Amino acid sequence: MIEVKNLVKDYGGHLAVKNASFTIRDGEIVGFLGPNGAGKSTTMNILTGYLSATSGSVSVDGYDIVEYPHEAKKRIGYLPELPPLYTDMTVGEYLNFCYDLKKVTLPRKPHLEEICRLVRIDNVYKRQIKNLSKGYRQRVGIAQALIGNPDVLILDEPTVGLDPVQIIEIRNLIAQLGKNHTVILSSHILSEIQAVCERIIIINKGVIVADGMASELSHSLSQDHSLTARIEGPKAEVMKLIASIRGVDTVTATGAKDGKALEYRILPLDGVDIRKALFDRLADRHWPLIALSSNELTLEEIFVRLASDENTEFVLKMQEKKEAEQNEADADQTETEENN
Amino acid sequence: MRAIFKREMRSYFTSPIGYVVVIAFWLFVSMLFYMMFSSGAAQIGDIFGSAFSVVLILIPLLTMRSFSEERRQKTDQLYMTAPVRLTAVVLGKFFAALTVFAICLSITVVFMLIFCLYITPDWLVYLGNVVGMLLLGSCFIAVGIFISVLTESQIVSAIGSFSVALVLMLLDYVTSLVGIELLQKAAAWVSFSERYNSFTTGTFDWANVIFFLSLTAVFLFLSVRRLDRRRWA
Repeated sequence: MIEVKNLVKDYGGHLAVKNASFTIRDGEIVGFLGPNGAGKSTTMNILTGYLSATSGSVSVDGYDIVEYPHEAKKRIGYLPELPPLYTDMTVGEYLNFCYDLKKVTLPRKPHLEEICRLVRIDNVYKRQIKNLSKGYRQRVGIAQALIGNPDVLILDEPTVGLDPVQIIEIRNLIAQLGKNHTVILSSHILSEIQAVCERIIIINKGVIVADGMASELSHSLSQDHSLTARIEGPKAEVMKLIASIRGVDTVTATGAKDGKALEYRILPLDGVDIRKALFDRLADRHWPLIALSSNELTLEEIFVRLASDENTEFVLKMQEKKEAEQNEADADQTETEENN
Repeated sequence: MRAIFKREMRSYFTSPIGYVVVIAFWLFVSMLFYMMFSSGAAQIGDIFGSAFSVVLILIPLLTMRSFSEERRQKTDQLYMTAPVRLTAVVLGKFFAALTVFAICLSITVVFMLIFCLYITPDWLVYLGNVVGMLLLGSCFIAVGIFISVLTESQIVSAIGSFSVALVLMLLDYVTSLVGIELLQKAAAWVSFSERYNSFTTGTFDWANVIFFLSLTAVFLFLSVRRLDRRRWA
């Protein structure tokens, strides 16, 4: 549905987006995650044609946003960070204006009524936008994006500044919209993305540092699958016992103490769960297991790690290296072609 | 274009700005009319001629908001990301301002009707005057819109347009002080007032019509280009 290739945005010497590429398939709900100033809004503004990229291309349903802006924009409903509301209009007037502006051909009244019901603003239809609360304004903004029933919805931080109840409402609404739209949603709050999105793209300093399903991300990116156990008992024997359990790779004492218990770090072989066996064997010997915890990172920790500056630089370097190799390969190919 | 036009018209008359401009214009020309009428030397051309500077002062009030305010409120994201051409957006705003301006001029019909009570006025001369005024107005509205595209602040936009108005008004005085012939000729060629006044004296010169129309087109075109350019900034 949306294809982004090597997107670069240069704000007069400051690179807001560095060589971003990704593809979004039909019907996906994708979360765009990154700290403030990571380049989320810039990317979204380029996707919707508000800004132009310095280089790279964006196509929506096969239509390039620069070459066929009409066709591409028709397929996108966009809620910018600040909803573009004319506050001196009533909700009804505003939605009718958007309907006219987007030259929608669907029957006007039923279409607008359906949208208002969906985002639940029918009760404020005749009120001036400037008198509405932030939650309602946000919903009017979403209603605006829905006009014309576009295939793709791009929502830039839709829940910023809302109260917890409103956040949950908007979240449910997005989940509901995701059933028949492709949705791209940006946020700097992980839990929010986690709640609605199947796929997460993490961006920092304009670089895409991770892209994958939420569950995949937490497993594959936490390189540390080790366990930490606190056990009461003679150190040497305990270590020998643990080492004898099937599936244990290495065991080390960390040296930390918890009362009488000592702390051990156990690294199991890939994909083996040793927790039950560990418990049973220790119970046999009456060595109490005081605590057992996994060192696997939570999604939150992964996010912090991925969005760290070191990692961003690392990803960028890898990209450059890959590109250089690619160029070399290309050069080789043309050389051989020329020789032939 | 129609959607933008409708919204602009609404915005002119839900905020005081539309009323202020229309009423200020009506007050001023009515006063002129009254003074001339009571002195017994009323000519519709004279009224139009004297309205020149008022028009230049009032039009910036109409155009100062057009793009500046949208930029500041970020509502420009709506039409920049909607499937509409920027030309349509600019034209919609242009015609809305021109319509308000035409409403300003409508009062002169009343003056003509009052003339009718005493003499048989020359409606053709009147028509020429109205056309001249509309041309001057559209040209200056285009300039104002272009200036409002350049800035986010209404105030800067208004002051910019006022400055242009001031230059246009002073052009004739300044050149008469400078003795260089070439400069005088150039100034006379650009002079809005000179070209406009030829309408008020009842001569309908196509060169002047084309001058105003093409300037209008140039500034509207520049506005579109400048708006498009913003994407790349």
